[in-house]
Amino acid sequence: MSENKETKLQRVKELVELMKANDLVELEIADGDSKILLKRPQPVGPTITQLSPVPAPVITPAVPVEQTVQAQTPAEQQDVGLAEIKSPIVGTFYSASSPDSQPYVDIGTRVSPDTVVCIVEAMKVMNEIKAETSGTIVEVLCETGEAVEYGQLLFKVKPD
Amino acid sequence: MFSRILIANRGEIALRIIRACHELGIEAVAVYSQADADAEYLRLADEAICIGPARPAESYLSIPRIISAAEIADVEAIHPGYGFLAENAHFAEVCAECGIAFIGPTPESMQLLGDKIAARELAERARVFIIPGSEGAIEDEAEAIKIANKIGYPVIIKAAAGGGGRGMRVVHNDITLRAAIGGARAEAEAAFKNGALYLEKFISEPRHVEVQVIADKAGNVLHFYERDCTIQRRHQKLIEESPCPVLEEKRREELCKAALRVVKEANYVNAATVEFLLDKENRFYFMEVNTRIQVEHPVTEMVTGQDLIKWQLKIASGQTIDLRQKDIKHTGVAIECRINAEDPAKDFSPCPGRITKFILPGGIGVRVDTHQCQGCTVSPYYDSMIAKLIVHKKTRDQAINTMKRALAEFRIEPIKTTIPACMEILSHSDYASSRIDTGFVERLLG
Repeated sequence: MSENKETKLQRVKELVELMKANDLVELEIADGDSKILLKRPQPVGPTITQLSPVPAPVITPAVPVEQTVQAQTPAEQQDVGLAEIKSPIVGTFYSASSPDSQPYVDIGTRVSPDTVVCIVEAMKVMNEIKAETSGTIVEVLCETGEAVEYGQLLFKVKPD
Repeated sequence: MFSRILIANRGEIALRIIRACHELGIEAVAVYSQADADAEYLRLADEAICIGPARPAESYLSIPRIISAAEIADVEAIHPGYGFLAENAHFAEVCAECGIAFIGPTPESMQLLGDKIAARELAERARVFIIPGSEGAIEDEAEAIKIANKIGYPVIIKAAAGGGGRGMRVVHNDITLRAAIGGARAEAEAAFKNGALYLEKFISEPRHVEVQVIADKAGNVLHFYERDCTIQRRHQKLIEESPCPVLEEKRREELCKAALRVVKEANYVNAATVEFLLDKENRFYFMEVNTRIQVEHPVTEMVTGQDLIKWQLKIASGQTIDLRQKDIKHTGVAIECRINAEDPAKDFSPCPGRITKFILPGGIGVRVDTHQCQGCTVSPYYDSMIAKLIVHKKTRDQAINTMKRALAEFRIEPIKTTIPACMEILSHSDYASSRIDTGFVERLLG
């Protein structure tokens, strides 16, 4: 029996409240074919909402996977006061939602906490990564198709 | 042979696997949590990928994160090590679905042997003695009482989905059995998500003897003889040795052949350990099968001269075992001491912390498997093992002597370790004469 959109949204809201009340960080419920996974913000790093697998064509990277032993921090100098957006998962970075689209953000783009800044694909799921901060993008540290590890720096943001 | 694999583990076993890989010309990709970011052994991997924060659930136990790492690193196979996801059939399934070889058994045989009741039934089919007990899960209290009286007290209540010494209770009469069943079921439900229980006769003062086996995809099975792991504290092994000091040749042969029958019956592939209890008359009873490489595998490697991790890699990549059973000999005696960051004076409570002095023992026949070094930190998030100290000599007396010397040389400061406890056990006359059982350590050390 399929539910309408409103019931689904209501249920999601209830689950979110349940998580907050019990201080849960992660909640996954599978019910037949449908599944929902909710994650609350970690102490460090942005929240991600996992989408169900998109039937649209999967972007296959032409760029070979790079070594990911160290986080790709460029020559440091005065990064004092800059906020960092780090990857909360392991996967492949995409700056745009598809090869033909514009990147979500670029240097100079203003972001707010809910702004989607990029996609990190993990196991065929396209995870939208949110800024979790307000400010202006000053540095883009990854390229489309690049492998990223947990905690890897993706963007630097100058706070408002 | 694989060209590139990922190691879904950490610490000394991850390093052990990296070494085997490099000797076989395989690239090793390591994963690590933020708590392990400074681990020195990671530099020996061809690539190291951070997969999450310290919590195991978000790192080493996280199937999505590990599979993601395997995908971006483009590996052909994953070695799960021991612990973590090594005996997780679902993980093995996911690997298969993603086209990544799992270096271990199939999900089906893992599930079969992971169910301790099914494993008992399998052992019976393989004509191997099992400990007298219930046939299958016990339905209710009344049935439990009936069976317990039939097989005779004391009996032990075990969780079907348990293993590794967890979820077990010994009871001596109907009253205590009644009292224990409810709690045991609840514990099993909570710990293993499966409240099914079974009963076994409790064998008092047993020895714990296990047989190392390997099996390839063509159906060849081989054993590498036995290990005696009777020196345990609260079901955690502390000292292991090979061969078992009280087994004569004929009984050893029967034991090893029994282990092979169990593994054949399960159509098992890759490495496994078949565990038995030995009673005072040296009769052996099947206990369970561990469907993974074990911590104490170096003991077997020393007495047989075989590299078990390499065998795992070869078998998983499709190679058949080119050894015959009669080619495998065991020579001398090997003993292993587990050096854990635990304080024996404080009930063996974990002692995480930074190691400021780390000086390894050496000499003929001394092997140390460790990922730690001076300046490294034992973190509180994972198990407390610092090192495995293994000694191999011609005779048992010599092995004990050398192990004592090596323990005395081994300096790990300032954290407390199990070195003094191991020394005390090795110096005890009962250990020297091997008049021991699984209760020995707790009687000696508490």
